[in-house]
Amino acid sequence: MNVTTRPDKLTAKDYASDQEVRWCPGCGDYAIVRAMQTALAEMQAPPEKTVFISGIGCAARFPYYMSTYGFHTIHGRAAAIATGTKIANPELDIWVISGDGDSLSIGGNHLMHVLRRNVDLQYILFNNEIYGLTKGQYSPTSRVGTRSPSTPAGSIDAPVSPTEFAIGCGARFVARGIDTQLKQLPQLFIRAKEHKGASFIEILQNCIVYNDAIFADFTQKSMVEEKQIAVEHGKPLLFGKDRTKGIRLKPGRMEVEVVTVGAGGIEEKDILVHDETNKMMAHLLASMESPEFPVAVGVLYCEPGPTYDEGVYHQLDEAIAAQPKASMNDLLRAGSTWTVE
Amino acid sequence: MEGSQAAGLSKARREEVEDVVVRFAGDSGDGIQITGSQFTLTTALAGNDLATFPDFPAEIRAPAGTTFGVSAFQIHFGSHDIKTAGDAPNVLVALNPAALKVNLDDLVKGGMIIADTGAFTDRNLKKAGFDSNPFDDGSLDGYQVIAVDITALTLEAVKPHGLSQKEAARCKNMWSLGLVYWIYDRDRDPSAAWLNQRFADRKEIANSNIAAINAGHAYGETMEVSAGKVHAYSVAPAKIEPGLYRTVTGIEALSWGIVAGAGFAGLRTTFAGYPITPASAVLHTLSKMKQFDVTTFQAEDEIAAVGAAIGAAYAGNLGVTASSGPGIALKMEAIGLAISVELPLIILNVQRAGPSTGLPTKTEQSDLYQAVYGRNADAPLVVLAARSPSDSFDVAIEAVRLATQFMTPVMLLADGYIANASEPWKIPDVDAYDKFPVHFHTDVEGFQPFMRDEITLARAWAIPGTPGLEHRIGGIEKSSTTGNISYDAENHQVMTDLRKKKIDGIAKFIPDQDVALGDDKGGIAVVGWGSTYGPINRAVQLLRAKKTKVSHIHLRHIWPLPPNLGELLSGYDKILVPEMNTGQLTTVLRDQYLVPAESLSKVSGMPFKVTEIESAIRDRLETKK
Repeated sequence: MNVTTRPDKLTAKDYASDQEVRWCPGCGDYAIVRAMQTALAEMQAPPEKTVFISGIGCAARFPYYMSTYGFHTIHGRAAAIATGTKIANPELDIWVISGDGDSLSIGGNHLMHVLRRNVDLQYILFNNEIYGLTKGQYSPTSRVGTRSPSTPAGSIDAPVSPTEFAIGCGARFVARGIDTQLKQLPQLFIRAKEHKGASFIEILQNCIVYNDAIFADFTQKSMVEEKQIAVEHGKPLLFGKDRTKGIRLKPGRMEVEVVTVGAGGIEEKDILVHDETNKMMAHLLASMESPEFPVAVGVLYCEPGPTYDEGVYHQLDEAIAAQPKASMNDLLRAGSTWTVE
Repeated sequence: MEGSQAAGLSKARREEVEDVVVRFAGDSGDGIQITGSQFTLTTALAGNDLATFPDFPAEIRAPAGTTFGVSAFQIHFGSHDIKTAGDAPNVLVALNPAALKVNLDDLVKGGMIIADTGAFTDRNLKKAGFDSNPFDDGSLDGYQVIAVDITALTLEAVKPHGLSQKEAARCKNMWSLGLVYWIYDRDRDPSAAWLNQRFADRKEIANSNIAAINAGHAYGETMEVSAGKVHAYSVAPAKIEPGLYRTVTGIEALSWGIVAGAGFAGLRTTFAGYPITPASAVLHTLSKMKQFDVTTFQAEDEIAAVGAAIGAAYAGNLGVTASSGPGIALKMEAIGLAISVELPLIILNVQRAGPSTGLPTKTEQSDLYQAVYGRNADAPLVVLAARSPSDSFDVAIEAVRLATQFMTPVMLLADGYIANASEPWKIPDVDAYDKFPVHFHTDVEGFQPFMRDEITLARAWAIPGTPGLEHRIGGIEKSSTTGNISYDAENHQVMTDLRKKKIDGIAKFIPDQDVALGDDKGGIAVVGWGSTYGPINRAVQLLRAKKTKVSHIHLRHIWPLPPNLGELLSGYDKILVPEMNTGQLTTVLRDQYLVPAESLSKVSGMPFKVTEIESAIRDRLETKK
């Protein structure tokens, strides 16, 4: 089951384990695992230093399908376990794989803290707006009115937006992708890996069994250009078939609106230019929802800062440098002692 | 020091006593714990054996003068070996009416009361629930009362040092300490040295406190000379094994033992905790030990703390977490994961009185069921218990040994009493301990993540970062051969049996159970675990001196139990199990060995008194056929 001799150049296939994938046929997860294998091959990530840590849910089976190290843990706690692994060995490259229930219901507390601490790892949240593995209950990201086995009359509680939650928690890298973006996803993973600190990616992922086509209004091929906006740092926020639609700040208001360049005196200079280091802009982009707005995909926010694991090792190194020959015998004999003759 | 000559003069008039119990009590802001720890240090330096019992309220600063805000520190010291903090104080220092109200009933008949009359105002008396002033109404008749306006005398004594009125009044704990120093003929120099060091930046505070100690001491001398009404005592040094000593609390010994154990295993330590009384101090202690390559992580909650410890163990560190009862309950699902993936993990459980929030600052040993049985499904782990503050060091090392050699979580049970109490400790030579180095698996040939050592049944520990050993583990049942997910019915039977067999088999690698005191058969066996060691041992010692056929057995290994325990217990006529719970070890012993173990239960949040155990044993003797 293990790679004993490594080929000179690893291909995407080399990152796949020998385990039969057990997601439902047609599940969006298949595309994500392939995108990950492609991304790791493109980076030539050393498999022995790559670790996938997951919680519980459909997405959480992910580590079994990778030929790297993997730890399938318990519901909601992957972020906490990954934090321990990272501070124990900062050389490891850690990917947390989670879902909307795992991350935002039972594990919401841990997601908040791994992001605000800025632990250097990648956190991938597969958002299908439903509990799949427990057979279809509504989730914390389900829209109001979602009918499910536990909400036959429709859900009544407002959903949480994963990207807005992440920005609010102090995440310094926030991105969004879609399971159908075979080309873009690997690039998003590479950006996340390159970012030092906690990188958060929400992937809108279709659950073919319990929540099929929930994102179809902006993910089906015919709608991509009109209903999605791929944001790029330094580029104007333009979209649409002819790239004539754009996002601008509503004059006199702290909110955005969709406008058409060339209509009503709007020029291209009126369109916002994406600045991924601007937290306010990231908030505005994260909050754009279909059908009023195109859904923003790509890196919404990237503003690196000091990481938790660097801080931990800085303090450790200082303490060890100050007392390079610390001995337990000396410690026990420090302070008030007395001799009994 | 100027008082030394006077103290020398009075020596002849000092009454020699074998052992004494002193309790300092006052408001939680009165500095009672510092007073107690200073007296402890000085007494240790005087060569007495001792044991202490700090008892403080759950509130940080309860309203001043209230009975629920009373903080106390008890010390038992003597010229023979001291095993408990003492059943009843001989001396009570009460810095306010509430302290007198709460503690008076515990004082021995004819005992000494030192009280600050300056604090016995009408308002404070009312707050403490006194209808009249106890110094005037005859309610203290029969006690040796030293009623002094300590507050006023302290203010007078520290006046030259220019403190504010408020700061000056705070020195009254040191005045009372000075008086007690005089009564028991203790040296004041160590406390002066400590104060000079502690307040190096504020000399006026150090000097004021030293002046207060001296004033209290001088008061004793004068009182003796003028009235002769106060007894002064001397307590000879105890016969103590020669060596270098220090005082140690359970929290310190646990923390140091963990780091020493990690060193013996050759592992780095990652400790993850979440603040909870009375376990938080482990986090504080370890966070100051970074020079030993110890990483500490204050997690967002108890679950994250155990999770991070498991994550660290996965990466090849010694993963450690600590908590108390309710926090341990929160960690249990994750501990089940560590059992399932067979990673080493240390869980320190500093037990407190419960259930739920219970009495956070009071002691109990009611988590034995939780430790042994408290998880979903068949999920065995190793359970150890420390019997005293100093014993915690060796038990922590044993926990690390068993966790790393057998790839299993180990829960170490201490309790609030052991955690905070201090006792003299003959400092061990850490270099003389047996090492148990961990060898991570690196051999690619034939590797499977759940391959086992044939003797210990421990699985191979292959850590991320090792080329060629990439593998996946998880909480889903795994194939006993490949480690891959397996829902196979027969495989689950095999894995459940293996997990049990591995833990049961540890019995072959732990010492036989010894008899702490007494004979290895016949009469009554008093079986204990944890912090009941002191009172049980003393009670058995006293009864054996009267030719009573009674023995003391004290367990360190709670699960698995020592291999000879069943046979050993079957040799006694009766088995009595004193526990600060409603009979948890009793149930386990009856279940494991079908022996007629009988429970002696106490759940008042306070340790057993020697007399309570003595009389329970005597009752059993009388009912003997």
